[in-house]
Amino acid sequence: MTPPVVLLDGVGRTFAGPPPVEALHPASLVIERGDYLSIVGPSGSGKSTLLHLLGLLDRPTAGRYELDGVDTTGMSDRHRTALRGQRIGFVFQSFHLLGHRTVVENVLLAMLYNRTPAKDRRDRAVAALERVGLGHRLEATPTTLSGGERQRVAIARALVARPSLLLADEPTGNLDSRTSASVLDLFDELHADGLTLVVITHDRDVSERARRRVRITDGILREEAA
Amino acid sequence: MSGTDPAVVPPSRFSLRDLASESVAGLFARPARMVLTALGTVLGVAALVATLGLAKTAGNQIVSRFDELAATSVAVEPADSGFGFDGRPRLSTLPWDAEQRLTRLNGVVAAATRSDVDTGGALVRSVPIVDPLGLTEHQIPVVAGSPGLLAAVRGELRTGRFFDAGHNERGDAVAVIGPGVAATLNIDRVDNLPAIFVGDQAIAVIGILDDVRRDPALLNAIIVPDGFARGRLGLDAPASVQIDTEVGAARLIGEQAPLALDPNSPERLRASVPPEPRATRAGVEEDVNALFLILGGVSLLVGALGIANVTLVSVMERRGEIGLRRALGATRRHVATQFVVESAALGLLGGLIGTSIGILVTVGYSATRDWSPVLDPWLPFAAPLLGGVIGLVAGLYPSWRAATTEPIAALRSTA
Repeated sequence: MTPPVVLLDGVGRTFAGPPPVEALHPASLVIERGDYLSIVGPSGSGKSTLLHLLGLLDRPTAGRYELDGVDTTGMSDRHRTALRGQRIGFVFQSFHLLGHRTVVENVLLAMLYNRTPAKDRRDRAVAALERVGLGHRLEATPTTLSGGERQRVAIARALVARPSLLLADEPTGNLDSRTSASVLDLFDELHADGLTLVVITHDRDVSERARRRVRITDGILREEAA
Repeated sequence: MSGTDPAVVPPSRFSLRDLASESVAGLFARPARMVLTALGTVLGVAALVATLGLAKTAGNQIVSRFDELAATSVAVEPADSGFGFDGRPRLSTLPWDAEQRLTRLNGVVAAATRSDVDTGGALVRSVPIVDPLGLTEHQIPVVAGSPGLLAAVRGELRTGRFFDAGHNERGDAVAVIGPGVAATLNIDRVDNLPAIFVGDQAIAVIGILDDVRRDPALLNAIIVPDGFARGRLGLDAPASVQIDTEVGAARLIGEQAPLALDPNSPERLRASVPPEPRATRAGVEEDVNALFLILGGVSLLVGALGIANVTLVSVMERRGEIGLRRALGATRRHVATQFVVESAALGLLGGLIGTSIGILVTVGYSATRDWSPVLDPWLPFAAPLLGGVIGLVAGLYPSWRAATTEPIAALRSTA
């Protein structure tokens, strides 16, 4: 049996004071392969803290976090960085595309550090862009793209490294409702393909597209009935 | 299940090729800024290269001019040293065997006596007949010398030979004439030993000069051996000694020659020595260098600060990109390396352009002065490297800032 993609066992995060702030109360959560999970909550509730812990951008102060069955708790920074680059794809609210690089070059960035052989990179980048419906804009620069297209480039960049987990942080925060819908449709398709997705949002429409919903309020994690 | 086997997670890697292409892409993302940032380094390196190049060129120019003739020429003459007890001028006299005494000295290539002979206004003619229709008698200076004179003035013969020690000792009535004299007296061959008459002295011409590098007066003179001038033309003592030295030996010979010629009272002889070429060169280089090297150094410092400043601004602006790279698996070291390489490349680029400009300035200025441009061969290689090192050093602090950027904070920003 394959291990779950994410296993949080009593994971908490306290920011050193004074006074110490318990941003995330110790929580346990299991995300199986192929899950589509949303994390909702008002701002300041601890969503971002959870995102950073899941994304290996921050270390928990309590508990144990296994990603793909690998215990990350005591890992060196070097290994956490490598694990992050190889197993987690990020999608950000503000896209974080490099404005002076073409679309395909932006996607290629995701394979710079994770040991993808140079000769395979372009084919994989093109395939990922075709997957998100941007096969015709390969050499465009992000500044000439619409918001929805930019987010699709960012998703292609997150997918190209074939991550175990796609972490999306307010992916529709900068998009209008129509383009939001198209991005969410894309998420549905990716989920149907078997990708494990975690979407962090405060938008009800977005969270309702997910199969599982986790609400976080004042640092306390609670899964809502589907 | 809970192992942290590193084999599961091979560490991130950033290949040199990727590093190079990412750094170049980072630089060329803002070409205008790149050019302006590099400008300080360009100016600094250009100033340094032009300074060193021009100093070298000017120094070499002066040296080559002196080396050729003047720096190897020493002349010794009796000095005017006041009056003796009898009220007559106390003049030291040069010995007849000056040539033998001097050629023994190390550093002397050739030496010879040289004296203008006072013939009492005697006219020179080439045939012993009086032709009422043509001008056959001429006023031509007569010079007496020892056999080494031809070598001492670096002369060459067009035809015939120069007189030798035998002619000199015997006081033979032979002469070598300058090309001007040959034309005047209508002599163009010496195999039939044409005779000329100085006053009533018959002299056989045994050679005709072609050219001399020193003492061009000889080209229009009749040169006779000391022995003849002494016996038949009333020359008391040699008037001067001309020495051809090896390069760099002129000053030494200038000190030694009076001692060799008059060991008892060398102070009564005056040696004319050319200014030391090495000292001249050093002087020129120091003058030019001091000012411009400071200028170049200041420009380089400004250039380095410019690179540091702009790289730092760039790091601030690119926090989002840094965060993204960290999220994509770049280690702190990868991020720092990229920024260091970017600023080093910027410095190298500035150094390359600056070196080119500096060399062009050197060549251009030399062209206007009809100099041959001279550069130290290491300069075109070292100068761009200097730019690179400056860029590298300037990029260290900004790169450290980039490496310590927290990806979380960077990703939250809306860059």
